[in-house]
Amino acid sequence: MSPTRQSLQITAANPDPALLDLPWHVPLEDWPQENLAALPRGISRHIVRFVRLSGRVIAVKEIGETVAYREYELLRQLSRIDVPSVEPVGVITGRRDPDGEPLEAVLITEHLQFSLPYRALFSQSLRPDTATRLIDALAVLLVRLHLAGFYWGDVSLSNTLFRRDAETFAAYLVDAETGDLHHNLTVGQREYDLEVARVNIIGELMDLQAGEFLEEDVDAVAIGNALAERYTELWRALTEVESFGYGERWRVQARIDRLNDLGFDVGELDITTDVDGTTVRIQPKVVDAGHHSRRLMRLTGLDVQENQARRLLNDLDEYRAATDRQREDEAFVAHDWLTEIFEPAVRSVPKKFRKKLEPAQIYHELLDHRWYLSQQQHRDVPMADVVKSYVANVLPDRPDEQAILGVQSGDLRDTEQLPRIEDDIILG
Amino acid sequence: MSEWTTSTDTLHNGSSGTYLPVKGLISMATVTFDHATRIYPGTERPAVDALNLAVEDGEFLVLVGPSGCGKSTSLRMLAGLEDVNSGSILIGDRDVTDVQPKDRDIAMVFQNYALYPHMTVADNMGFALKIAGTPKAEIRQRVEEAAKILDLSQYLDRKPKALSGGQRQRVAMGRAIVRQPQVFLMDEPLSNLDAKLRVQTRTQIASLQRRLGVTTVYVTHDQTEALTMGDRIAVLKDGVLQQVGTPRDMYDTPNNVFVAGFIGSPAMNIGTFPVLDGSANLGRARVPLERSVISQLTEDDRNHITVGFRPESLDLVPAGEGIPVVVNIVEELGSDAFVYGSLTNEFGHADAVHSGAGDAQIIVRVDPRRVPDKGETIYVRIRGGEQHLFHAGTGERIDA
Repeated sequence: MSPTRQSLQITAANPDPALLDLPWHVPLEDWPQENLAALPRGISRHIVRFVRLSGRVIAVKEIGETVAYREYELLRQLSRIDVPSVEPVGVITGRRDPDGEPLEAVLITEHLQFSLPYRALFSQSLRPDTATRLIDALAVLLVRLHLAGFYWGDVSLSNTLFRRDAETFAAYLVDAETGDLHHNLTVGQREYDLEVARVNIIGELMDLQAGEFLEEDVDAVAIGNALAERYTELWRALTEVESFGYGERWRVQARIDRLNDLGFDVGELDITTDVDGTTVRIQPKVVDAGHHSRRLMRLTGLDVQENQARRLLNDLDEYRAATDRQREDEAFVAHDWLTEIFEPAVRSVPKKFRKKLEPAQIYHELLDHRWYLSQQQHRDVPMADVVKSYVANVLPDRPDEQAILGVQSGDLRDTEQLPRIEDDIILG
Repeated sequence: MSEWTTSTDTLHNGSSGTYLPVKGLISMATVTFDHATRIYPGTERPAVDALNLAVEDGEFLVLVGPSGCGKSTSLRMLAGLEDVNSGSILIGDRDVTDVQPKDRDIAMVFQNYALYPHMTVADNMGFALKIAGTPKAEIRQRVEEAAKILDLSQYLDRKPKALSGGQRQRVAMGRAIVRQPQVFLMDEPLSNLDAKLRVQTRTQIASLQRRLGVTTVYVTHDQTEALTMGDRIAVLKDGVLQQVGTPRDMYDTPNNVFVAGFIGSPAMNIGTFPVLDGSANLGRARVPLERSVISQLTEDDRNHITVGFRPESLDLVPAGEGIPVVVNIVEELGSDAFVYGSLTNEFGHADAVHSGAGDAQIIVRVDPRRVPDKGETIYVRIRGGEQHLFHAGTGERIDA
């Protein structure tokens, strides 16, 4: 690194000294290849690069100083209230090039391991309902953000990352630049976010069609509208007031069960009765996502996504039934399941394949594969055989998703060259 | 309240692309805040308190004030993002107080301007109309009209990649223009730019707005931006509208001490002094007051008056006359020079005066070819008739 007269100001909760070795005196656009990680980038109005740092990958975004600090703070608040979002690493200001010209501040975030930008998902030609599953994940994220009082301002597929979550996806917020955290959102804020999301998603899908990444006959408008529908459905289920006669009190538990099914825990439920006590009104006041993942965590210590947890819990239940231990304490059975079933299965995947998928996702696929083999062979295929077949026949063809995401070099070139808008000129 | 849109006002369905505005046919896109109030849950003081403001059709109105003054909240109330707890908001004759943001026929500019790489410039500009189901021919027509205004006509069939940064920005602007909204809303769009570009860009936005003639409400905390861009400026403080007027009005006849100190750079010198023998007493210096001014003083003023004088309203006078100022710094700007100086207690209560430079400090514009030295004492006098007088009690302006 050439020495440069710059006095860097680094704001970070947990600064990594290796940050200092990066070429901050060079505009991000011109950073040497050796520093970069070859990850596909979404559409952004800023220059964004993925950078290798101490064996991990960070995302670096050039952005105005005040906005950088603001977004850093917002991301910190979001992770504090446990909303799925990228972890902020820090803000660096005071950058200068060797001629002493000031360079833009940068916001640094942690790259989300095993995460997939929507462009990478489409270029992998996944199942045709990928779009629908992405939309479902985004709807859940948006509802969770809105429940937490976060107004996004620029909801889009580009501003979201996706992680596999059993047969679905879990969505993470990656760009909070236009967002605001409020005590409560107004209907107008939620509606506006939803409308922006709808228009952006349709635009992004139309763009994929224009680039021939997505079939011409996919109805982009219908997919965008589906987000609005899915969101509205979920919002209702989580927040709507429900009234029923006093004799129908079972509906309280039914509501709680329904929310659990949707993956939410009820933290606080408002129950009111009218004066003569004939009508009961209930409304969930505090709901927390992650019902299944919390339960699995409590039982096994495994920290996984919601639908992965659902799948693993089902397998745990099966194990419990198969070993006839329904009367035993669930926590003991869970411990045995973990050590006898889950861990041996995941560990029997050779090391070189472990970067392909998260362990919980691998286990989910093993369960799928066991079902497939058992169907084929008309018998219960033991897990050890399943693992062998899976490692031999399925896993080698899977892309490496820990960091590289299996994007073909051709696709990568396409995402590398995405045009962006120079921040420095609003109306040239 | 979705049924609202279908009833009275078919001409205003612009965002769904159902009409092309023809000059003279559509009603005026005025914006009216009528006692509009926003109180955030859990707070007592309104963030915006009974705002009354009428924005004319085609006008560029700037909302300006320090942070927390309610300017962004006012804009978001107009956008439909903040609830209006009492009062109402009208666009044209239509009460939009309870209308959803997307049905208000407004465009928030510069919120989302990432361009789609595989779409042509024309598609980038027109895709929102396509979503709304606007007929192809009409989309093309609107895109071409917008491209003409934005000097993008020859690039319509290219991909964004082939454009310069500035051209890409204009495509993004075009996206808002083709929707033909009745009102553009802009919330600190320049806050992310460095000082030099901010200056360039603000004139470009202002001139584009004038070419388009679309009613625009613009929020900034920067009074220079407000003065240079707005047809009129509305100054807010603590959720309360202080004054609305042209940049000239605000500068020449500020309604109160707050506006006087907020508008103008460097800021006005303002001090509160006792009234003795028909003059404001600035120590040994005196500012004679007209009898009509003195008759307007109230008990609340406790026989004091607040006097404001801009840096350019001071004349240098021979030593011993006027107000002595000890020179701390001279700021030379080529065309102008400003002395930042301290007052001395010998001449009244120095700390009664404040300016943009701080308490007991005043700013004096001097001839850039004859600047005093640091540490020197200069003597200044307020040029006759150029003082601004305010009630010491309420801070309201007193006109003779």
